[in-house]
Amino acid sequence: MTEKSYRDAIRDAMMEEMDRDGNVLIMGEDIGVYEGTFRITAGMLKKYGPKRVIDTPIAEAGMVGTAVGMAMLGLRPIVEMMTMNFAIVAADQILNHAAKVRYFSGGQVDVPVVIRGPQGAGVQLSAQHSQTFESFYAHFPGLKVVAPATPADAKGLLKTSIRGRDPVIFLESAALYGMKGEVPDDAGFTVPFGVSRVAREGSDVTIVSYSRMLQMSLIAAEKLSRDEGIECEVIDLRTLRPLDLEPACASVTKTHRCVVVQEQWKPFGAAAEIAASITETVFDELDAPVARVTGEDVPMPYARNLEVLATPHEQHVIAAVKKVMYANG
Amino acid sequence: MAKAKEQTSATIDPVAACAPEWTDILRQMVLIRRFEEATEREFRKGRIGGYLHVYSGQEAVASGIITALQKDDIVFTGYRDHAHALALGTEPRRIMAELFGKATGVSKGKGGSMHLFDVEHGFYGGYGIVGGHLTLAAGAAYALRYRQTERIAVCYFGDGAMNIGSFHEAMNMAGLWGKAGMCPILFIIENNGYAMGTSVERHSALTDLSARVRAYNIPTEKVDGQDVFAVRGVADRVVRQIRETGTPYCIEAVTYRFSGHGAADILQPYRSKDEVEQHRHRDPIGILRNRLGEICNLTDDDVKTIEEWASGEVAAAVQFAEESAAPDAGELWRDVVAEQGPARENE
Repeated sequence: MTEKSYRDAIRDAMMEEMDRDGNVLIMGEDIGVYEGTFRITAGMLKKYGPKRVIDTPIAEAGMVGTAVGMAMLGLRPIVEMMTMNFAIVAADQILNHAAKVRYFSGGQVDVPVVIRGPQGAGVQLSAQHSQTFESFYAHFPGLKVVAPATPADAKGLLKTSIRGRDPVIFLESAALYGMKGEVPDDAGFTVPFGVSRVAREGSDVTIVSYSRMLQMSLIAAEKLSRDEGIECEVIDLRTLRPLDLEPACASVTKTHRCVVVQEQWKPFGAAAEIAASITETVFDELDAPVARVTGEDVPMPYARNLEVLATPHEQHVIAAVKKVMYANG
Repeated sequence: MAKAKEQTSATIDPVAACAPEWTDILRQMVLIRRFEEATEREFRKGRIGGYLHVYSGQEAVASGIITALQKDDIVFTGYRDHAHALALGTEPRRIMAELFGKATGVSKGKGGSMHLFDVEHGFYGGYGIVGGHLTLAAGAAYALRYRQTERIAVCYFGDGAMNIGSFHEAMNMAGLWGKAGMCPILFIIENNGYAMGTSVERHSALTDLSARVRAYNIPTEKVDGQDVFAVRGVADRVVRQIRETGTPYCIEAVTYRFSGHGAADILQPYRSKDEVEQHRHRDPIGILRNRLGEICNLTDDDVKTIEEWASGEVAAAVQFAEESAAPDAGELWRDVVAEQGPARENE
């Protein structure tokens, strides 16, 4: 184990896979000469050359579409989105092409393309640069959607993404890039898709989350333990598609109470799907309706105070936990 | 800006024109026509569902280019795709079965008319979103060169695909990658004069369509798309050049579709019967047949034999499609992601 940042874990995963497999390449805007907006690709152009580290024009549909074509012909392209907000420009290439060509060809091609980049709010980037997209992509069959919460998972899940045979939407939390954590040194280390984990054990309330909200939920859980004596079990979903709710349902069977935490808007968000599925599966175990903690249903404002109001924080999780325990004042 | 060649007319000399290959091309074009006529009949009978876009009138564009390719070259096109698959050698019965939605279809009955796909014969689809496949083809061409093969990609699209962003992004990236010899691709504009029902004059601010490709540093050449000699003549030269240099090239084939845009386009209010009639005088099959008659003594009996052979092939394809079983219910879930599809050797 070595302590690594989330950012370095992502970089290590890509470089190890590029060293391991000559068919892996990376493309994106200003990832080469400029060395990447978040410097995740710093030094890669020098090491791998311009055929494997491709600076593209600002043309997301072009980047993703060409990567899909490369993937169909046996390469394993990684497309770096400067932010995932820009990937919407390539929605047709992702949703109509990458996600569907295996199916409508009757299984004649693989599409091993990874589309990765940061998302999320918190640094006053306002309406067009602060969104989160997991429910948007997870709606579509044919895609895989990954949202790691730790450096180790970022590395292990990215390696699984690169080695796979399907298009992967790899959602990084911009706010977690600097976060440090223990990462296995073994170059063969991977984390499988569709295997949730128990991030914290507890007996009173189950909190289900992923990515940055998972880290926030853990902080809330510690505060609840310290201040209220409430012990939360926190489940990290890791991947939204495939979605593994077995540990969450098993936990609810123990706690009988559940809170789902997401950064994105409430209507039709990931938490709605998760809450509905848990309710369908373990309805009889629930002593309270599943609660949702979400961002406010508004475009992200610029002003710092308004941005804080628009995004979920520990106190919202704490309030939701108390609500499902009928412990609110 | 890249260079434009003057419009090219027939360049094949009479001796070469009498090579047996030209009779094979005639057979292929007749087969495509008979096949498309059958699809229209079967659509009206309700045995083909969804959308149906037929290629009648444009045969020389598919056959003239694809017969110039090597076996392992690859082809992408839009949804008017039956002819390309036939020209690449996909069995007619497997295409017809796909249109009938049968398990024996090229895409196991899961793609239909717009999504024919036959990797074994180099056919990478069959796409239904106008212009969407151009970027895929450019990326595929990059991959062919990246993997140090001599193969090239061919990407067909209509004049109607030239106004959407994907067209411009694909052209720009192909032009850029071509500078490093990393994009061996032949773009074919199938300029049939209409984006569905909107004429070139009404859909493109600049009606010199290939000029818009040259803006991306890709050389272009306009060719009479009704004359397979002309198309093939350009293709032979250009395909060789792309293979050698790894740089993109674009042929604008000026052609005409005799049928409606799709099977539902019956009234065709955007063009007159007169206009269609005028163009029918320039039927690519008639032009080739007459040429072979004049200079190679192809007889009416020879032509009749070809017609009968093609009708027989198509009738057998229809019968095969009709008799084939529908996909089993388990097919619904197969091929959504890799775990649900066939295992494949990963390299």
